[in-house]
Amino acid sequence: MLKFTEEHEWLKIEGGVATVGITEHAAGQLGDLVFVELPEVGANFSKGDSAATVESVKAASDVYCPLDGEIVEVNQAIVEDPALVNSDAQGAAWFFKLKLADPSSANALLDEAAYKELVG
Amino acid sequence: MEPTPRLKHTPLHALHLSLGARMVPFAGYEMPVQYPDGVLKEHLHTRAAAGLFDVSHMGQIAIRPRSGRIADAALALERLVPVDVLGLGEGRQRYALFTNDDGGILDDLMIANRGDHLFLVVNAACKDADFQHLQKGLGDTCLVTMLNDRALIALQGPRAEAVLGELWADVASMRFMDVAEADLHDVACVISRSGYTGEDGFEISIPIASAVDVTQRLLEHPDVMPIGLGARDSLRLEAGLCLYGNDMDTSTTPVEAALEWAIQKSRRTGGERAGGFPGADRILAELANGTSRRRVGLKPDGRAPVRGGAKLFADAEGRSAAGTVTSGGFGPSVDGPIAMGYVDATQAGNGTKLFAEVRGKYLPVTVTALPFVKQTYKR
Repeated sequence: MLKFTEEHEWLKIEGGVATVGITEHAAGQLGDLVFVELPEVGANFSKGDSAATVESVKAASDVYCPLDGEIVEVNQAIVEDPALVNSDAQGAAWFFKLKLADPSSANALLDEAAYKELVG
Repeated sequence: MEPTPRLKHTPLHALHLSLGARMVPFAGYEMPVQYPDGVLKEHLHTRAAAGLFDVSHMGQIAIRPRSGRIADAALALERLVPVDVLGLGEGRQRYALFTNDDGGILDDLMIANRGDHLFLVVNAACKDADFQHLQKGLGDTCLVTMLNDRALIALQGPRAEAVLGELWADVASMRFMDVAEADLHDVACVISRSGYTGEDGFEISIPIASAVDVTQRLLEHPDVMPIGLGARDSLRLEAGLCLYGNDMDTSTTPVEAALEWAIQKSRRTGGERAGGFPGADRILAELANGTSRRRVGLKPDGRAPVRGGAKLFADAEGRSAAGTVTSGGFGPSVDGPIAMGYVDATQAGNGTKLFAEVRGKYLPVTVTALPFVKQTYKR
């Protein structure tokens, strides 16, 4: 199941675990990323908490946790090469895997068509 | 971001849109922050070849002495800046600061001696206040005119001379901070060999009617790429240059800002025309005795950028305050984070280890000599 948030995150949900990243639209708006900070594995977040930080040449931006859950894996590849987020935002440049506190809560998020409409 | 109708446009606004620029509000203008290639490529291209910047939002001001003698205009302007203007030769330009009675910095600017008048370039956000300040300060002896009929572009980088040379062969004879009038495709332009990137380069003042034409001709050159405000900021930060409003303002003095090199001997204690500018008592005392804080370069030890506003501490627990970061980001040519800020004079020595508070962590930074990149001015 592929879902999106209004804060420009995508979630690929399999067996109660969401792989989370930022959308191509968001990556394009941020510009060339030069630094990524990821959460610790084992950390618990509520929906809307700042879970990661991305920095372009110009500015820092938060990546919000899209749902309540626990971080079970992070993608070290984007820490080592932040530009990967610009080149493959919705593929290889995922940020973290989130074990959802309530898998049914994902139903309320946007589907792909609704997100595409949001970003025009 | 939606354009706001109240924002002013430079004469090159439509050209920016046609080049696919992302526009943002800046100092009352809608300006390009980046073009489709993005900040990183624009920055690196400027250092490798040549970048073209629209700086038409900046104020261009002419000061003409009513007596007809340029020395009278120079002496009048010296009442507002701690700088040797009288000693500035015809066809030469110099960096300067407007100071206030407390010794704070009202703006930074360039002053050129154009033979029969002085030509000033001031910051966009300050230009109206600067104009009033000049009118009030020297309107009795000089005619002060805001040149609203001219655009201003900067061509910066190691290929700038060759590119401009294709339009005007004499460019090679100019050296850093020379100013000359030249016809570019039959358009009378005022060209200075200067800029704000740390690179060799030129600033070109063009009559508005011809601004798009001259700019387009320069952009047609394969070595030239248009550069937005994003890369302008990372370039000037790498070059260790202050941004007015961030790294200096009315709360900082020229000595605190480590700009005493801009105060020539003739205006210092013991000089022929010592003092006689706003805030002279404080600034001359600081030149003699130093200040309690200093602007310094800061190099974060890790990869995380440390931005303007971050607090600095002498210890890794955030107990002993040491200063504040005023500009910070990522330096594409340095390939790492860079910053500058004000620190206690006791912590201002190169190599001093400090800690910057970023998102609740205390990241180690090292006080570092500015600039972060080698300046390539043609002296």
